[in-house]
Amino acid sequence: MSEIIIKVENLSKRYRIGLQEKKADTFAQQMVNVLRYPIDNFRKIQNLGKFQDQDEGVHWALKEVSFELRQGEVLGIIGKNGAGKSTLLKILSKITEPTSGRIEMYGRVAALLEVGTGFHPELTGRENIYMNGTILGMTKKEIDRKLDEIIDFSGVDKYVDTPVKFYSSGMRVRLGFSVAAHLEPEILIIDEVLAVGDFEFQQKCLGKMEDVSKNDGRTVLFVSHNMDAVRNLCGRSILLKDGKVQVIDETSETLKYYLTGEKGNNYLNIQSEEVIGFGNKNIELEEIMISSSIDDLEELETGKPLFLKLNFKVKPNIDLSKARIDLRIDNQYSQRIIWMSSLANNKFNFSKKEIIFELPNNPLLPGNYILTVFIHDGLDVADWFKGVMTFSVDNSGSLFKTLKIPNGQTNIHLPFNVL
Amino acid sequence: MKTIIEPSKGWQFIDFNELYRYKDLLYFLTVRGIKARYAQSVLGVGWAIIQPLFTTLVFTIVFGGLAKVDSDGMPYILFSYLALWPWNYFSGTLNESSNSLIANAGMITKVYFPRLILPLAAIFSKLLDFMISFVILLVLLIYFKVIPGFGVVFLPFLLVQLLLCSLGIGMVLSAMAVQYRDVKYALSFVVQLLLYTAPVVYSTTAVPEKWQFAYSLNPMVGVIEGIRAMFLDRPMPWEWIWPGAIVAVAIFIFGLFYFRRMEKVFADVA
Repeated sequence: MSEIIIKVENLSKRYRIGLQEKKADTFAQQMVNVLRYPIDNFRKIQNLGKFQDQDEGVHWALKEVSFELRQGEVLGIIGKNGAGKSTLLKILSKITEPTSGRIEMYGRVAALLEVGTGFHPELTGRENIYMNGTILGMTKKEIDRKLDEIIDFSGVDKYVDTPVKFYSSGMRVRLGFSVAAHLEPEILIIDEVLAVGDFEFQQKCLGKMEDVSKNDGRTVLFVSHNMDAVRNLCGRSILLKDGKVQVIDETSETLKYYLTGEKGNNYLNIQSEEVIGFGNKNIELEEIMISSSIDDLEELETGKPLFLKLNFKVKPNIDLSKARIDLRIDNQYSQRIIWMSSLANNKFNFSKKEIIFELPNNPLLPGNYILTVFIHDGLDVADWFKGVMTFSVDNSGSLFKTLKIPNGQTNIHLPFNVL
Repeated sequence: MKTIIEPSKGWQFIDFNELYRYKDLLYFLTVRGIKARYAQSVLGVGWAIIQPLFTTLVFTIVFGGLAKVDSDGMPYILFSYLALWPWNYFSGTLNESSNSLIANAGMITKVYFPRLILPLAAIFSKLLDFMISFVILLVLLIYFKVIPGFGVVFLPFLLVQLLLCSLGIGMVLSAMAVQYRDVKYALSFVVQLLLYTAPVVYSTTAVPEKWQFAYSLNPMVGVIEGIRAMFLDRPMPWEWIWPGAIVAVAIFIFGLFYFRRMEKVFADVA
């Protein structure tokens, strides 16, 4: 095992909502505070013995976060907006101080929270390379040495002596990323910067990132909403929620948890989960169950049957002769994969208040999928849930004993014959 | 290299080793400041000449001509330019440095580097203007056939005093301005008022004797008086210089501590 290179212990960061940190915004306000200081202080001391909750205006962007990272590891940090990802990176990159806790890092750190920091529109591309490079901690000598490489990588060599204000935004980003890509830190901290530039350039950047981590043995912390990138680059990942570490595990495990949530994900009770569908509710969905067994909840496997059981209630005196139910299964990137409709099969009987769809040989490969349910009473939409639940297909054991399908290769397995 | 990140407490001194590691950034930011200031302007650096020249002319007409302010027996234009030369640098640095952190808030919230570099670069980038306006001073000296005295050897000493004073106040103001935007609004007229606390348009002989010591605590008084004396070959007025020199050093040291103390909240409040 290689040595520990980053050690984070009980890291917390407090912000004041509205007024960040407890300082006055104007001098006048500060003067008033100075006058009121003795009074406030008195109150504080008076209340010392009493147990009181935190001030209302306090928000913990991070709370007691701890983890360790070994050399050469690539750690993904995921979580919803406001989970504390950026705050964590800002503390790690020394931009802001933690309220409590401690971090130890061994090695030169470079943080990329933005591409092209310090670019000045009036300066030329070349001048801005030096500007940006030195901000990121490079010395002039280092940049001199790598200048040609940087210009080459950016692909803006023709315009390198033109002021940056005449660049397109894409060119600016390319230039910024090229500088960043040529940093040589032992620890690299990256926030979402790959979400820019055209597709080709994004691939180039991802390639460079992989190169950096796999071949040069650098330690990388990577925040992204691009699950695909996290899956490909990061060995382990942290899931943050409300400033706390919820999961820290192998990336695939963390992602599964993040995408499917905490609850048993093959069953959904509409009422208890407070999911609201769209429509006139003449036919109202109540329960969804996804299983590989018809009467029990069982893990889904590729190649085994897949049962989708829907329970619903119907308002009295509704003509159900033209009613229909459509199901759609998307992959985790919301790409549509499977569509099933009661229109394609006339055996549906709505009066039973329960309908079971069966896919005889589940063609879905292990991964996470999103289910959409659409119910129509023949005249109007009755109940429509977009992405009502996420479910996962957990293994492909019964189908592929030895064969492992490469990550991200495909979502559907279709049996075929060889003639 | 081991880095430890912890909440810091109390007053700390600036980390000069770290500052030295980022010396190239200071250089490029200074150059950026100069280039950006005169980019896309027809006269370019010429503005560094025009601005003090016209101020001097106006002062000469208003105070020297109309108000007949005593100029200690020298041509008023030379009298006021010798003062405006350092004064313009001083007031310019106050404006530039106090604004430096706010103007670069985007950098502060995205990358770590010693924040002190920003006001430093603002102050250094003004040095070019200062040197250019020195050229006008030479022209005036030649025109009035004035030969500077031996006192000129003390010029570097006075320039250090000027620089320490600018840096010290610049650090305090820039750090304050991040949190209190009042600084920006107050400064624009305070700088104009400050002009009258130094012997720029009038001579020190106009200051009542009992106020002279208090007056000399202003570091700019000593700088201006000293510069006048050395270029006009008069005895160096040390009694005007030393109190201000001590104050300048004190402001500078206070600035270093104050800036360091405020530095940690910049990213949160900028």
